[in-house]
Amino acid sequence: MKGNRRAETWYFSAFAVLFVLLLFLMAWNICAGSVSLPFRETLRFFMGQEVSETVRGIIWKIRLPRTLAAAVLGGALALSGYLLQTFFRNPIAGPFVLGISSGAKLMVAVIMIFSLGNAWRLSSAAMITAAFFGSLLSMGLVLIMSGRVEHIAGLIVSGSMIGYICSAITDILVTFADDADIVNLHNWSRGSFSGISWENVAVICLVAFPASLAVFFLAKPINAYQMGEASAKSMGVDVKRLRIYMVLLSSLLSGCIVAFAGPVSFVGIAVPHLVRQTFRTSRPIILIPACFLGGSVFCLFCDLIARVILAPSEISISTVTAVFGAPVVILIMLRRKRGRE
Amino acid sequence: MKNHFFHTEDLAVGYHGTCVAEEIRIWGDRGRILTLIGPNGAGKSTILKTLAGLLPTVHGTVWLDGKRLEQIPRKELAKKIAVVFTEKPSGEFLTCREVVEAGRYPYTGRFGLLSARDKEAVSEAMELVAVSDLADRPFDCLSDGQRQRVMLARAVCQEPQMLLLDEPTSHLDIKYKLEFLTILREMAGKKQISVVMSLHELDLAERVSDMLACVKNGRVEHFGTPEDIFVPGYMEQLFGMLQGSFDVGSGTAEFSAARGEPKVFVIAGGGTGKQTFWRLQRERIPFAVGILSENDVDYPTAHATALHVVREAAGEQNHAGEPDWAGQQNHAGDPDRAGQQNHAEEQDQTEQYTSDELLKEAKLWIDRCDHVICCGDRAVQANKYNKELLRYACKVGKMAEK
Repeated sequence: MKGNRRAETWYFSAFAVLFVLLLFLMAWNICAGSVSLPFRETLRFFMGQEVSETVRGIIWKIRLPRTLAAAVLGGALALSGYLLQTFFRNPIAGPFVLGISSGAKLMVAVIMIFSLGNAWRLSSAAMITAAFFGSLLSMGLVLIMSGRVEHIAGLIVSGSMIGYICSAITDILVTFADDADIVNLHNWSRGSFSGISWENVAVICLVAFPASLAVFFLAKPINAYQMGEASAKSMGVDVKRLRIYMVLLSSLLSGCIVAFAGPVSFVGIAVPHLVRQTFRTSRPIILIPACFLGGSVFCLFCDLIARVILAPSEISISTVTAVFGAPVVILIMLRRKRGRE
Repeated sequence: MKNHFFHTEDLAVGYHGTCVAEEIRIWGDRGRILTLIGPNGAGKSTILKTLAGLLPTVHGTVWLDGKRLEQIPRKELAKKIAVVFTEKPSGEFLTCREVVEAGRYPYTGRFGLLSARDKEAVSEAMELVAVSDLADRPFDCLSDGQRQRVMLARAVCQEPQMLLLDEPTSHLDIKYKLEFLTILREMAGKKQISVVMSLHELDLAERVSDMLACVKNGRVEHFGTPEDIFVPGYMEQLFGMLQGSFDVGSGTAEFSAARGEPKVFVIAGGGTGKQTFWRLQRERIPFAVGILSENDVDYPTAHATALHVVREAAGEQNHAGEPDWAGQQNHAGDPDRAGQQNHAEEQDQTEQYTSDELLKEAKLWIDRCDHVICCGDRAVQANKYNKELLRYACKVGKMAEK
């Protein structure tokens, strides 16, 4: 029982640190950029005091929605990765490596090009819907294959292949799209948080928060599911229904980020892993909120680098997340091998 | 049937409506252990899954505590039945206590937070299976034996009335096998749990079970007490053993005898011979043994491994009480097994032998062999004949240097 109390103190401090980091990075994200704003000025804006029109414009129209979107979408993506890892009982599963992000990307590209060609204004809701069905489509393929391929490595490889196929088709579509739209589309298909509007933020929050809350409410059955399928069933878990929920929610969460920021790599794998290592537990009731917070912090940090490092030009968010995320994946593999020996 | 805690009624089990095993009529009581034995792939796991309510029946009914199993709501069933199957919890940093705590699932609220009562049940379960000192250790770092006990604690924590285990001792070494089954036996009695499990270790199954069900070829071939099931010859038949045999007396398996012309004659008795028999058998050297009383400790092993045993009858009561169904099947399908003729026939022969004839027969076997091995002084003193045999062997110059 002593161990329990010590663990609880540890969880609490870790959550506190993550929360402080989140606030700190949000502030930094709003201040830093091609035009750097002094912190004092930013603070004045948030206190509702008088600031210059330029500062107000930069914060309100560009940086604040972008920062909020990065925070919420990062959390959603990490949670989606956590769900997939639990589902497949493998720490290397994630929406990007399993090709689920790419499936969503393909569907969003199709609907984008279609609407641009017809000069329609594409709503955020339509984008999310397209991304969700794209995710589900890839997920369906992955699930079919997981029934056939016994080994998890086979699953990851076939997932990656689905990802490549979807990406290739997306590239072809983007290439054939109208010249004027290419720049926009091209940026999006590589992954970026730029150009997020308040309308986007509203839709993101409307989808990501309820979905994340739903995941949190699954904490108890997920914990039982970790003990093995037969055990979970015998404890009263409706395993079939739980698995459907997990698939739907992870597709929705990863679809959400693809719709607005394009495919963002490695967050889904790296964040849950780092969070597990930090919290030193596998209890879903701790890990689910921790993954969300961790994902927010990670994405804010990466977006900051993407915007600042080569300012005034931007690098794609996926480039940055890969730099920080891919080594984590390698680390996981090394640890797993050592663990088996 | 009705007064048992659970029973099955003309049950057929399988996947997607395809039968794996049928005509299953078994029952079990609280505080008692029912063990399923039988060859691999006979359907033991499928039966267990069906009894646990994890798999729908193909047809027939499982009655649990006077109710049809499929009509008991999932949540209620979770408080009645727990399982320990061959699966492993996954999750880094998962501690043993967390694994055990998961067993409280049916009793906790929406977020699975534990009440004082739940925590009490967890510590009690861990104490019962002797894993309290492992509570804060990561589950991944345990030995197989410890893991299996933690899994048992998780199931116990569910406070079930019935516990189903699929080959719980499979990957454990002998120490942990005994430990696990001892704990299981105690727990069944103390908590009045009806235990149903599958086991591969026949010797342990015979000792630990109150009832046994022999599953073979998609049927429960026999269902009864260990005394009913463990009769000479039946294990060989159940498992379709063509090589070797199962000694009911000691509950151990023996490899089959080497065939051919006898090369070695072994003078044994009083428990001196086993190692020599096994060594010769490993080398695949056909050998004869003599003279052994049927009551001798060495007799069962000699009988199973030697080409021939020159034996002194122990009396008529020896094979009495052997049921017909086992006797008829004795060594069926293996007519050319040397040295193991039909029991009855052999018995008649020996009973007519006088001491002189017995000695004469043994000497004839010595003459056929190239060497004679004597298993020490105790072998010579085991009966009144062996001293004479040793002298004869020396005389003909066949005594082997050890």
